[in-house]
This record gives sequence, structure tokens and C-alpha cells, in this order.
Amino acid sequence: MAETTVNNGVNVEALLAAREALKSAPEAAKFKWRASCKWQNGTHSETKIEGFHGLGQEQKHRSAFSFDADHPEIFASEDHGITPVEFMLVGLASCLTAGVAAVAQNRGIQLRSVEARVEGTMDIQGILGIDSEVRNGYDDIKVTFNIDADAPRKDIEALVAQSQKRSAVYDVITNPTNVTVEVA
Amino acid sequence: MLARSRIIERVTTVVIGAGHAGLAASRFLTDRSIDHVVLERGEVANSWRHERWDSLRLLTPNWLTRLPGCRYDGADPDGFMGTGEVIAFISRYATLSRAPVRPHTAVTSVRQADNGYQVATEAGTFECRTVVLATGACNRPSVPALRQGVPTSIESLTPFGYRHPDQLPDGGVLVVGASATGVQLADEIRRSGRRVVLSVGEHVRLPRTYRGRDVLWWMDASGVWNQRYDELDDLQRARRLPSPQLVGTPERVTLDLNALTASGVELAGRLSAVRDGRALFSGGLRNQFALADLKMDRLLDTFDAWADTCSGDLDAGPSERFEPTRAPAASRLHLDFGSGDIRAVIWATGFHPDYSWLHVPVVDHKGELRHDGGVVSGAPGLYAIGLPVLRRRKSTFIHGAEDDAREVTEHLAGYLAGSGRTS
Repeated sequence: MAETTVNNGVNVEALLAAREALKSAPEAAKFKWRASCKWQNGTHSETKIEGFHGLGQEQKHRSAFSFDADHPEIFASEDHGITPVEFMLVGLASCLTAGVAAVAQNRGIQLRSVEARVEGTMDIQGILGIDSEVRNGYDDIKVTFNIDADAPRKDIEALVAQSQKRSAVYDVITNPTNVTVEVA
Repeated sequence: MLARSRIIERVTTVVIGAGHAGLAASRFLTDRSIDHVVLERGEVANSWRHERWDSLRLLTPNWLTRLPGCRYDGADPDGFMGTGEVIAFISRYATLSRAPVRPHTAVTSVRQADNGYQVATEAGTFECRTVVLATGACNRPSVPALRQGVPTSIESLTPFGYRHPDQLPDGGVLVVGASATGVQLADEIRRSGRRVVLSVGEHVRLPRTYRGRDVLWWMDASGVWNQRYDELDDLQRARRLPSPQLVGTPERVTLDLNALTASGVELAGRLSAVRDGRALFSGGLRNQFALADLKMDRLLDTFDAWADTCSGDLDAGPSERFEPTRAPAASRLHLDFGSGDIRAVIWATGFHPDYSWLHVPVVDHKGELRHDGGVVSGAPGLYAIGLPVLRRRKSTFIHGAEDDAREVTEHLAGYLAGSGRTS
């Protein structure tokens, strides 16, 4: 492993130590993430996130975070926030970007800048119920990274590939997940 | 109560399994005059007789197919043995090395006993100081639980049941898994005129030849295959690596995913669920390609770097790089088993060892043996050989058995000497 003159602000030692510790305590590796969403008006909702479960106990973020979601004015909404499908893009881009930083740190690659541009294409005939052949969600998602780092292009491509391999959001989007929605 | 009368044989070492690995261990035990038996459930090279498809050939060329004191001496050093030739080669080896094989003696249980182990078989019991497990890593096909969701109208096969395309129902075939097994079966079934969809997860891409020489010549000569288990960054990962996308043919063809695409095989992502009679595939196929291409290029870089250190007598062509794996414009995300397009599924999803008869607490929650280079952890006198990256990257290849068997039997001999040999 490279000397630790490389600093991407990722504490890889702590992550690797956690990885080792969890190998012998697989129960502690079981996490539960939670969000609470409250309808405001129209298509506007506010989602709050504060606590989650992991390492065998309740955990808290440093503070509660809240997110407004809405639809844009072209859908006759008031645009109090980004659309839920755009939150998916936030999740994917930020997950892959965090992964790039962590993998770069682990591989001794100094990053100078990382920018990801994410585009998801969607035919809204699906959600509008115009054509049942058209799916509701994205039909294609493309992420383009611009990375400035002390490394040859091959190594940067490997960073991005490894980041996808270890990304939770990439996995959720590319693979089916069981979802249960019920009325309490 | 009935009195128990059982014949008990005493022997210093019991080797379980008369495949190439067990026979290599036997050879070194014989060299050290350690009395032993090699217990075999069927006949020598049993899995090659009963658990291989018809067209299978070794991935390693003949010149590389060797066992301690025995190497290929036929007319085609660059060829690849078929199953019949492999059976003949291993059987000849057993005869030449006078291995004390007990055929048709399936082991039903191994237990710790006073001063060693008790090995029960269908034909009596052995008491011994040491045991060498040479039963291999491929006793059972690993089939994912999602198999349960595949409709019963679809024929479902593992590589143990598959022999040739003619046994398949008419119609398309879904092959799940793109290791050596998956790509070979996909290719053969496609050539039989069937439509084939190949579900591709993590895989190891290799060209058959590189710079004019067999890629396994490079693995051998450059020292990559000799990398030791205790020198690898991530041993667990190395041990789980799927077998490389290779096939042994007289034409030395490369059988990577581009070759399969060219022959009309449709590539889909990793099979991630079967739901409501439909197979759902991952949308992450491009990244699987990127990872495999990058890893192959890194390996070729290693070969080139090694070649640069050789003096001018290296008989190899110029450095080369291969076309990246071509991704379909949009890979399929689902397949409806009810449509009639696909009539059979082949699960080329790997294999796992079977230790159900091993009544010694040395198997982890994933069903893998806990061992340090073949020295089984927490069970003095218990050894293993022929497992992936047991002591070196080459461990599961036939020629890989020699170095491992030498070192494992050396440890075993030291154990016997250290604990006072009684037998």
C-alpha cells in the first residue's frame, strides 16, 4: 500500500479495521436505514432523516436532515423541491463519488477533483398511464465522471469500476429489491 | 444390545480421494515411507469418469499436465486432454506410483479419536494418526436459491447432469454463469443451433494465446501461478475467483464474451431474481465487462513487465492488447419463462465442497474448510490438498498439486516426528 501522503479525507484505516471486526461479528453488520415522509400539500412532501440502526444499536446523524420533494411547475406543481426520481440521481451520484474517494485513498491515489454528471432518461407515458408497455421508471441511466488525479487513465477507470462494484445505490438500481408497502 | 464387531485397520495416514491431488500426496508419503491408504468412493479419477460433460478438455496444455515424477510424453505437447485421456493419465500415474488405492471405499465419517482420527467407510473402519483430505472443491454444483422460482416446465440442469446438447429439449437455453464452464457450454449449445442467453456476473477474461504463446505458459513462466497464498493481498478473494474463460481446443481459440457475441450468444447481466415466472437480470453488465477487461490488462502488463526482464532469448511475439468486451446496446433485464423462448436453464454457477461426513469442527459457516496452506486449523494431523489457492495460485490445476503435496506431506511428516511416531 502507498505511503499515507495521499489524503482524500477518507479514513481508510478505520474502514478496514471495521471490515475486519465485522467479519467476526456479522450481526453487527446488519443495518436498517429509515426515513419519515410527511405530506405537505399537493405533490409537496417533506422527508426527515435522523436515526438508523447499526453495529448492534440505535445510531444518530449529527443532526436531523430534512428534504423537500415536489414536482416542477410544468406539472402544475409548486416546485418546492426536486422530484423523487431526481433524488435517485442524488443517491447514485453521491454513492459512486464517495466510493471513488474511498477506493482512491485505499489505492494511494491523490484526487484533485471529481465530478459526476448523471442523466436518467424516462418516458413519462409510463407514469401517466398512456402506454402500459412503457415502464414508469428510468429506461437508462448514464453517469460520466470527470476525475483529475495523480494516476494514469487506466487506474482512474479501475477506481470508477471498483466504486460501482461496491456501491449500495448502484446495486439497488441495477438489481431488483423486494419492496413491501402497507397501511399501518 | 448387539455386540459391535467391526474390523479396524490401523495405518499412519489415510488419504481421502484418489484424484490427481490425493495421488500426488500418496507419492510423497511413499517417498517418505509413511504407510498409508488412499480411500476412493469409486475408481481412480472418479469425478472425471462421472461428473464431466462429453466435450470437456483440460484448460492446461499437455506439456503442462504433469504430476510428481510423471509428465506427458505423447506426440501433441500443445494439445489439451479430453476426459478419456485425463482418466488414462491419472490411472497410469496411480499404477506407476503404486498408490495403495482402495477403490469403492466411500468414507462415511471422519472423527477425532485418541491419538488421531477414526475414518469410517462402507467397507470397515481405519484408525490413523493423520488424514489428508483430497476430495476437492467441486463435490456439488452450487445452485442459487432463486432456482426455486423457475417454473417446473423449464428443464433445469447442472454441469454434473449435462453431457451434450442433444439431451436438451428443443428450444432456447439460459446458461447462468460465465466461468470456463458457462462459456464452454454456451458456445457448444449455440453451435447445436439453439438460441442461447448467457447470464454474466463477475468473470475472469483471458485470451487463449498471448504474444504467440499459450496464456498459461505466461502464467507459469512469469511466476504468477507460483504466487504463494501467504503473499496475496486478498486471499479470500483469490480463493473465490471463478475459473478463467478458457477452452482447450486444437485451434487454440479464445472463448471470451466477444467470441460468444460473434457466434450469436446473447449476453445478459447477472441473474438477480426470478419473480412471477420471469428471470430478472442486473443492469450492471457494462461494469462487469469493465472490471474483467481491466483485470486482464493488468495481468498482461505483469506478463510484459516480466518479459522485459528476460534477456533476448524470450521466444514471444510483440506486446498486444485486445478489444474491450462489446456491450449490447441495451442488455435484457428480464426473460419470461412462459414465452416458450427458453426451455432449459443450465446452472454454471460454481461448485462447493461436501464435508457432510467430516465430523471435526473445522468447517466455517460458509461450508469452507478452515486451513492455513492445507494445514487444517484446530485439528492437528488433519491436512487438505487440491483446494483453490491452497498454497499457490496454481493449486487446483493438475501440475499445481506437486509443490503443494510436497509441502503438505513435509508438514505431516514433521507432525508425526514431533508427536512421537507409533505406527
